[in-house]
Amino acid sequence: MIEVQDLVKKYGDFPAVKKLSFEVPQGKIWGLLGPNAAGKTTTMRILTGFLPATDGVARVAGIDVFERPDAAKRILGYLPENVPLYPEMTVASYLGFVAAIKQIPKAKKKEAVVRAVRSAGLETVRGRLIKNISRGFKQRVGIAQALIHDPQILILDEPTIGLDPAQIIEIRELIRSLRGERTIILSTHLLAEVTQVCDGVTIINEGRLMASGTLDELTASARSTDGVVLKLRKSGPESAAALRAIPGVDTAAIRDSEIEVAWSRGRDLREAVARTVVEKDLGLLEMKSLGMNIEDLYLKIVSGGLES
Amino acid sequence: MRNILSIAKREIQAYFTSPIAYVVIAVFLLLTGFFFYSLVWWFNSQAMQMAQNPYYFQQININQMVFTPLFHNISIILLLMLPLLTMRLFAEEKKIGTEELLFTSPISVNQIIFGKYLASLAVLAVMLLLSGLLSIFTFAYGNPQIAPLLNGYLGLFLMGAAFIAVGLFFSSLTENQIVAAILTFGALLLFWVMGWAANAAGGIWQDVLNYLSFFQHFDDMTRGILDTSDVVYYLSFAFFGLFLTHAVIQSRRWR
Repeated sequence: MIEVQDLVKKYGDFPAVKKLSFEVPQGKIWGLLGPNAAGKTTTMRILTGFLPATDGVARVAGIDVFERPDAAKRILGYLPENVPLYPEMTVASYLGFVAAIKQIPKAKKKEAVVRAVRSAGLETVRGRLIKNISRGFKQRVGIAQALIHDPQILILDEPTIGLDPAQIIEIRELIRSLRGERTIILSTHLLAEVTQVCDGVTIINEGRLMASGTLDELTASARSTDGVVLKLRKSGPESAAALRAIPGVDTAAIRDSEIEVAWSRGRDLREAVARTVVEKDLGLLEMKSLGMNIEDLYLKIVSGGLES
Repeated sequence: MRNILSIAKREIQAYFTSPIAYVVIAVFLLLTGFFFYSLVWWFNSQAMQMAQNPYYFQQININQMVFTPLFHNISIILLLMLPLLTMRLFAEEKKIGTEELLFTSPISVNQIIFGKYLASLAVLAVMLLLSGLLSIFTFAYGNPQIAPLLNGYLGLFLMGAAFIAVGLFFSSLTENQIVAAILTFGALLLFWVMGWAANAAGGIWQDVLNYLSFFQHFDDMTRGILDTSDVVYYLSFAFFGLFLTHAVIQSRRWR
């Protein structure tokens, strides 16, 4: 549904996006995750036709956004990071204006405004001036604005930034409720947002692709080692040495009161570890598998420890 | 066309929901009214004196003695006020981030520019129409010729249209409205006084500078002379301003 191939964007000599390629399947909510200045906003601005790319291809629903920007803009809804609101307008008249410039025929304009107001939960503030409504409502008006022409693709740049925790939950629920036929791509620097809202994620850092896929795919592929974490009564260096002596174990490191035992992927040494613990009478209190979760993956990626 | 009108309508709403348009129009009318009053008063006293001499009395002409100087005064007021009307057009969109909405909508940059231009022209037309009401007094108590009067207003409108295009251009350069206003004012004043430099410069430069000066083209129109070359001058000036605005917006996005 959204395809990006070898996208490059340079601001002067500074490369903000370097040969970025990823795909978002139809009907998914997809996260574009990365730390600040990773190139998320630039990528989104290119997809929406606000900025031209220096090189590469971007397609939405098969339409090249550089070759046919007008056609692409008709099927795109976009919420920029700075919500584009006119403070002196009322919510309803603002949405009416957006409906007009999004080429909704005059006869259907009212209906479109009503629908956008309903799906963004703006019934109570319709007639109020935008400058007088809360930050959370402003964000909702921004989403309503992006939805007004019922776009196939919704691009949301940091949709929850600057909101209080309750508003964040509301907006996330709103985004989830917009799923359906629609493909939604949202950028964020918060991992929690991805795990709570998205089906898949593309992780970028310093303009480069770091990882892309569904959440399950990513956690599976990120693990290069398997292992267990043990909580033992005797968690001294002798215990660690004993565990390290098991054939096939690469490391057994003491972390706080726990020992992390790791071996390379593809084998299963859990039984052997358990046997050793019992035989040496190390006093097993707890044993859990060392799974790399997506948070570790993300941290590793942004600290530069992992290449795609 | 519908897109242009949508932009223009929102822009006009913005003018009249904020105090800007009201303040600009009110101050404009106040100053125009003051100049009109003092010109009519001066005309009256002149007319009294001239009435004693039948030869001079033949020469007395309300168009030349009231309206020609009035149009000059109004043109100066426009030079001061129009930059305040145009400063927000693009600068504000950039400042509050709404340019992202405009430029990601399926409308062209030209439609956006024309929409905004049209909105400012509408406010200018309102200003001139309201000031035109003053002339009713002269029709009630005197017998001015209507053609030179309309010609003068046409000249003011064309000149205002050129001013607005310049303002639009400077507004597209910055996100700071004050900066946009100052640059516009400076540029307009420069074109205004270019004729003075023409006198010092000789040869071909004298003609070039004279041609470029706002003043030279406006002078004839206030006297009731409609020369197509003056009309062409203002229209091409406006076109050039809009063209540069387009170039600035496109180049900013490609950088």
